[in-house]
Amino acid sequence: MTHRSGRSDDTWLVVVMSEETRTDLGRITDPVDTTNEVVFQIIAILMAFIVGALVLLVTGYSPIEAYIGMMTGAFGNIFGIGQTLTHSTPIIFTSLAFLVSYKAGLFNIGGEGQFLMGAIASAVTGIYLEGLPGIIHIPLTLLAGMFVGGFWGLIPALLKSRFDAHEVITTMMLSYVAQYFTSYLVNFPFKAPGWVSQTEKLPASAELARLIPSSQLSSGIFIAIALVGLVWFLLNKTILGYELRAIGLNPSAAENAGIKINRGVIVSLVLSGAIAGLGGAVEIMGTHKRFIDGFSPGYGWDGLAVALVGGLDPVGSMFASILFGALRSGGMIMARASGVPTDINILLQGLVILFVAAPALMRSVMRRKK
Amino acid sequence: MTSAIHMQGITKRFPGVLANDDISFKVEKAEIHGLLGENGAGKSVLMSILYGLYRPDDGTIKVDGELQSISSPSEAMKLGIGMVHQHFMLIPSLSVVENIILGKEPTKNGVELDYKKMMEDVGKFCNMYKLEVNLEAKVFELPVGVQQRVEILKALYRGADVLILDEPTAVLTPSESEELFNAVRALKDEGKTVIFISHKLKEVLSICDRVTVLKRGRVVGTVEAGESTEESLTDMMVGRKIVYEFERKDQKEQDTVLEVLDIEALSDRGIPALSGVDFELLSGEILGIAGVEGNGQTELIEVLTGLRDPTKGRISLDGNDITDKTSYERIQLGISHIPEDRYKRGMIPEFTIQENMILGSQRDRFTKNRVTLDEEGALEYANGLIQDYQIQTPGAATLIETLSGGNQQRVVVAREFSREPRIIIAAQPTRGLDVGATEYVRLKLVEMRDNGKAVVLISADLDEIWALSDRVAVIFEGKIVVVREINDTSEREIGRYMAGGRNE
Repeated sequence: MTHRSGRSDDTWLVVVMSEETRTDLGRITDPVDTTNEVVFQIIAILMAFIVGALVLLVTGYSPIEAYIGMMTGAFGNIFGIGQTLTHSTPIIFTSLAFLVSYKAGLFNIGGEGQFLMGAIASAVTGIYLEGLPGIIHIPLTLLAGMFVGGFWGLIPALLKSRFDAHEVITTMMLSYVAQYFTSYLVNFPFKAPGWVSQTEKLPASAELARLIPSSQLSSGIFIAIALVGLVWFLLNKTILGYELRAIGLNPSAAENAGIKINRGVIVSLVLSGAIAGLGGAVEIMGTHKRFIDGFSPGYGWDGLAVALVGGLDPVGSMFASILFGALRSGGMIMARASGVPTDINILLQGLVILFVAAPALMRSVMRRKK
Repeated sequence: MTSAIHMQGITKRFPGVLANDDISFKVEKAEIHGLLGENGAGKSVLMSILYGLYRPDDGTIKVDGELQSISSPSEAMKLGIGMVHQHFMLIPSLSVVENIILGKEPTKNGVELDYKKMMEDVGKFCNMYKLEVNLEAKVFELPVGVQQRVEILKALYRGADVLILDEPTAVLTPSESEELFNAVRALKDEGKTVIFISHKLKEVLSICDRVTVLKRGRVVGTVEAGESTEESLTDMMVGRKIVYEFERKDQKEQDTVLEVLDIEALSDRGIPALSGVDFELLSGEILGIAGVEGNGQTELIEVLTGLRDPTKGRISLDGNDITDKTSYERIQLGISHIPEDRYKRGMIPEFTIQENMILGSQRDRFTKNRVTLDEEGALEYANGLIQDYQIQTPGAATLIETLSGGNQQRVVVAREFSREPRIIIAAQPTRGLDVGATEYVRLKLVEMRDNGKAVVLISADLDEIWALSDRVAVIFEGKIVVVREINDTSEREIGRYMAGGRNE
């Protein structure tokens, strides 16, 4: 079974050091970690925008104009805020999904597949279980998404615990399976009449309420925020969270303490899949009202990067999700207003990720200079 | 004559810790110089400064009489300073010779590796320093002692004149240690200088010319090894006498607590590691299991604690078969375990002291509703143990990885002893600990014994077995070859069994 150590950026130093020096290192680095972490993350994001500005300058656009356009687009009015949060909502789910597996030492990069499977399950449940009152129909439709997303997480979990198949490979492969499978479903069995590859529209009894007129923002954002709290509580306050973190940080010691590793693997991957699946359900029920082929621009993959940008913390992930949502919605409005191509927001996302990975490098360099 | 290394007035501060306080340290050419001190005395920090891993806050370093500023290991290597770390930095899938030349590869035309020259060059080194090793073997196939030899060769190949060995014997068997000492003496004969970091007094006395003793970041003194004794060095290191003998209560009624019957088990590599282990454990005794490392100790510990399934045999606790019980169930039944490698099995470095203290009891003792953790209870419990076991820490919320090795072990010991165990499986409980912490852990073990607990002590350190055990068993090639009352045997007899000898 492969488990990373929680702090891969330190590994080279740890390997070099004797026991005693290792403790000395711990003494220097650890007390500052939490406050420094946030500062580093913010510096990284600023750096990304500075480099982005240079690229804009070189290509002949005004960075100030572009950024102002982006900011006002993303946060300038109630509609903009609504669209930003609309784009943030699915990423909050997928980043939390990644986080729950990561804390148990597992790299679930199949969030996209679990997200899509949850989405199709909720679309089908929503459309074909007609005639129920909303108070039953909505929870049922959400549960269907969670359930099928969780099932999509169970497969790699079983493959890992039974056959020691690496979850990075299996979850990634299952993402492609999910992508083509859902595409098949909306092109054939569940296709609505017409040219577009999509399902029928959900009945009103399975829709999540819209919050802001003309914006797509739905009450799904509240589910997302509640889940941030729940995941935080799960990881930090419950026995299960404690055991999952123990497995993630040192599986041998966890095993020695009587914690069942295989059970932890299964629980965390199913939970992870269920969270991503719930995200898919919310996206269908709140934003699109139907499953449209290719509706996800890669929210599942975004979740992985966003969780890292958010410092692998539920609350941090929420803020990072909002940043990524803002880049997406602000970028579109900026493009319309100033003619800067929307690609710039993809560039900025890439830069943010790049600079978030860099501080790990920066810290190890600084540590050596002490 | 100029000294090989002369460090003067070295001071190094870490937040809250003065690791090196105005240290002056002088090593002559072609001498073996011991650097002795408890954990946290500042040995490794001082050597890390010499090797360019840390910059000192104050002080100067002269190499061969010339003032140098060493800011990285590569600069240290250029000045002829090499270091062999406790944790090797070899590439397992490459051959020995490839590892040695890495970073300084001989080439034919600037591009192509000159394999022949490579073998010749390295072969010459091996002969010169009596470091024999199969150059074409892959590193992962080699035992630890040989891998260490490869590390030494690597340093020499890069032109090291001063070789720093960081606790080199910590990972070696006694016979491997002996070979290492021969190699070190050969290095000296060839004019190399060796700095030997250790806290094992016997070794330092047997191999070093001079010894510098550090204590709490300061130099206590530098002495000739020939004029020192274990007692005099201990005095310098800790400033007081250490209890090597323990008083214990006579036990009146002892019951058989644990019965181990004909246990067989495989190692991780699928090779038989235990082949018919039998023994009994009584309440109120310490049963020492002596043996050269690698004779099945690790597998025995894992079978006893439920981490490894035996292929045959039976374990019973108070007459009840527990062979199929999981490790969690065994904890519940009162089997405590001090793991041989606390970094691997004993603690979670990135967890706080409090979180480490409740490890294994999180599902029963530290929850009120079976879902959430009882953090108040855990904090109170952790604070109590910090007091009782005199753990040096700012508080229970401190990460355990920031503590010294001795304090980490105290956390592990505190956790395991305060579970009200019936049986304690203590594996290498004082490995890597300084003299003070060692004494503390041993006193605690005897205290548990006096309170009627049954203790299995697995240790590579025969002195430890001798100081603590009521009975001693020897494990050799996966079998318990002899069990004796400690008063009816001698170290010599046990030593003979450890080496595989039969009754003569």
